[in-house]
Amino acid sequence: MQTLYLAITILALLALVFGAILGYAAIRFKVDGDPIVNQIDNLLPQTQCGQCGHPGCKPYAQAIADGEAINRCPPGGETTIKALADLLGVDAIPLDAEHGTEAIRTIAYIREDECIGCTKCIQACPVDAILGAAKQMHTVITAECTGCDLCLEPCPVDCIDMLPVEVTPVSWHWQQPTNLIATSQAPRSHGASGNE
Amino acid sequence: MVDYLLILVSTVLVNNFVLVQFLGLCPFMGVSSRLETAMGMSLATTFVLTLASLCSYLTYTYLLEPFGLEFLQTISFILVIAFVVQFTEMVVHKTSPLLHKVLGIFLPLITTNCAVLGVALLNIKKANGFIESILYGFGAAVGFSLVLVLFAAMRERIAVADVPAPFKGAAIAMISAGIMSLAFMGFTGLVAI
Repeated sequence: MQTLYLAITILALLALVFGAILGYAAIRFKVDGDPIVNQIDNLLPQTQCGQCGHPGCKPYAQAIADGEAINRCPPGGETTIKALADLLGVDAIPLDAEHGTEAIRTIAYIREDECIGCTKCIQACPVDAILGAAKQMHTVITAECTGCDLCLEPCPVDCIDMLPVEVTPVSWHWQQPTNLIATSQAPRSHGASGNE
Repeated sequence: MVDYLLILVSTVLVNNFVLVQFLGLCPFMGVSSRLETAMGMSLATTFVLTLASLCSYLTYTYLLEPFGLEFLQTISFILVIAFVVQFTEMVVHKTSPLLHKVLGIFLPLITTNCAVLGVALLNIKKANGFIESILYGFGAAVGFSLVLVLFAAMRERIAVADVPAPFKGAAIAMISAGIMSLAFMGFTGLVAI
């Protein structure tokens, strides 16, 4: 009978000590928020366009952290999917066509003499890139515009165009060489390559 | 010194926990489909296994044996292992959220990795001392890691190979695990322990 009490006491003591250490560790190593969500959010293009079916990039980052597919971001395209796949340790998958296709980067341009100053596009803009007031002409702050297309829909006079981003001396960079590997080169018709 | 070396060689190669003693097969099959995950799992298991064998040795020698409560070894070792795993999970979650994400459910599942309990119990059965216990646990973990990483690398190759349809997926993995186990039988007789 004494062994029984001893056994119970020892086990309880052991459990108590471990519980105390774990309880202390839970406070000491407390994780504020979910750091992985911020890491995912940094990789997303921040267009806030909602094409993924979420109200913005941060909610989509949260959804990815909870296990949603990583291929629902058309503005980010293949580059974003690959970066997400590397971060999360999963395989890169092709862009989900259901949520749109990857297009060249554009920004909005308001044809200012046609604008009637209705402020509807201002309310639609997720990044506050449209400047203007009621009955006043609006214009787009090009540095802020993410090219999300959300202002096209509400405009009653269709005076907004999506123009491709012009290459400036600041944004220009060398074109990536695409056929560095011998097998990816197209067969040459004239045999100009000499002694291969 | 030679003894310690022998323990390491014995646990890593000759008496490999996965392929010779068939312990810890669940993570061996479960986490081996990607090399990076396998490496993360190996690291976590190595840490947990070494720490768990140390803690369970201390618990046995200084708590159970003096009171003549050896019959409590299984339940108290499970307690120790669960504690070590929980603690590891908290630390990993804080220090490396990425590793925590990669390991996912497999980190808590180390609790039920039978190699961990197996090492603790075998330590007692073999009457290993303090350093021997740690080395035994560490060697078992290194052996586990070695086999897991080798197998994961093999499965990545198999995934792109032209496998006949009936053998695709888990079937070919089982067969290659069996062949690997046969290969490890070759180490028998390398050291006599």
